[in-house]
Amino acid sequence: MHRVLHAFADPFAFRQALPDIWSGFLINVHMMVIAEALVLVLALLIAIVRGLPGRGAKPFRGLAILYTDFFRGTPLTIVAYACILGLPGLGYSFLKNASSEALGVIALTIVYTAYVTEVYRAGIESVHGSQRMAARSLGLSYMQALRYVVLPQAIRRVIPPLLNDFIGLQKDTAIIGAIGVTEAAAQGTNFANSYFNYTGYFVGAVFFVYLTIPLARFTDHIIRERESRERAAMV
Amino acid sequence: MSFVSLEGVTKRFGDLEVLRHVDLDVNEHNVVCLIGASGSGKSTLLRCVNLLERVDEGTIVVDGQTITNGKVDVNALRRKIGIVFQAYNLFPHMTVLQNVSLGPRKVRGLERERARRTAMDLLRRIGLEDKADEYPDRLSGGQQQRVAIARALAMDPKLLLLDEITSALDPQLVSEVLNLVRSLTEVGMTMIIATHEMSFAREVSDKVCFLDAGVICEQGPPDQIFSSPNEPRTREFLKRIIEAGRM
Repeated sequence: MHRVLHAFADPFAFRQALPDIWSGFLINVHMMVIAEALVLVLALLIAIVRGLPGRGAKPFRGLAILYTDFFRGTPLTIVAYACILGLPGLGYSFLKNASSEALGVIALTIVYTAYVTEVYRAGIESVHGSQRMAARSLGLSYMQALRYVVLPQAIRRVIPPLLNDFIGLQKDTAIIGAIGVTEAAAQGTNFANSYFNYTGYFVGAVFFVYLTIPLARFTDHIIRERESRERAAMV
Repeated sequence: MSFVSLEGVTKRFGDLEVLRHVDLDVNEHNVVCLIGASGSGKSTLLRCVNLLERVDEGTIVVDGQTITNGKVDVNALRRKIGIVFQAYNLFPHMTVLQNVSLGPRKVRGLERERARRTAMDLLRRIGLEDKADEYPDRLSGGQQQRVAIARALAMDPKLLLLDEITSALDPQLVSEVLNLVRSLTEVGMTMIIATHEMSFAREVSDKVCFLDAGVICEQGPPDQIFSSPNEPRTREFLKRIIEAGRM
């Protein structure tokens, strides 16, 4: 036990590792915030495309399905390697000069957009058809009905699963560290290589947990609040 | 010249014919009531008139415009036809005021303040101005249905379709909704009403249609339909209604 503590949670090493891990962790937070913002928007667009009615939209629906099926099934590690190692070689100057961090954000966005598209879609489908019908019968167009009636209800319902996916995204920023971005986990490895002590990982873990616990509690809070409101509405 | 005219309208869901060669004329400022058992096609008929359902055969003309040829602007058509549903279908994430002013703002293009005034006028008319900032789930069924009627009226429709709007209500809440509909007949609103409220149908309608298995079995003035129906099936239906104590 003593040896375990010494190797992974040594108080002296903890203090020593803190500054480097912290500066690495800021990169995690940075990647996370940008990726989350991109995912929120792109996933919504793809979910909308997937729900478009009519024969004309069929190829677009097909593309959206192909995208979500493919990237939900592909490990992030593979996508991250492909982006960070492969994209710069495509010959586009903006990709050639992109930092590994930016390429990592692209990988995270590609994969998590696929997950979050499904979350949005479940939300959209959970809104009863009679709501859309009521909106359309007022003369609202398909897109207006979606925007003012269906999506506000759908998004409210999927906030808890969305937040869950974002907790996952936060943690997966560490995978990018394995491929050349000196974020918290990679800083932990640097520390271990220099001092033969793994406390740096523990420091990184503490940061991640500090970030996710409030988010997890917030999610619980939203779910509880909704349940009590729904129970009140049933009385 | 009738305001709404159905000719040979047939609607199928798969193999099931829910409407068969329906002919119906509704004059401007008239009220037509559709009666008949559940599943006889009343709701489907209403939904065909505002193109929530597409007809398989036949033509429907509304306000001089043929709407069944696939060339009509559906949104423009629905703008002048209001519909109220059995289950109210209010938007739960919006306040009463927002429910009523959504159409005027986004479809009629009124600016926020004017849409608000129009909506408040309507809420005053239905006696619910004090509920303007409440959400629908805080209202009784009768109040919700009155708001749904106000939401339809806010579009200033030329035709109103009422689809069994009292069927989901507790008995003591029915009259407040029917009183509101009655007040609409007095101002000359053209309406097609699917209903199980026979006394009300007899009182307000200019014409009553009895539907049976997707066919308009008999239509005529209310006194004739309710007092001396010609068709045996109409007689049978009314007999059962009376036996059930519903008239």
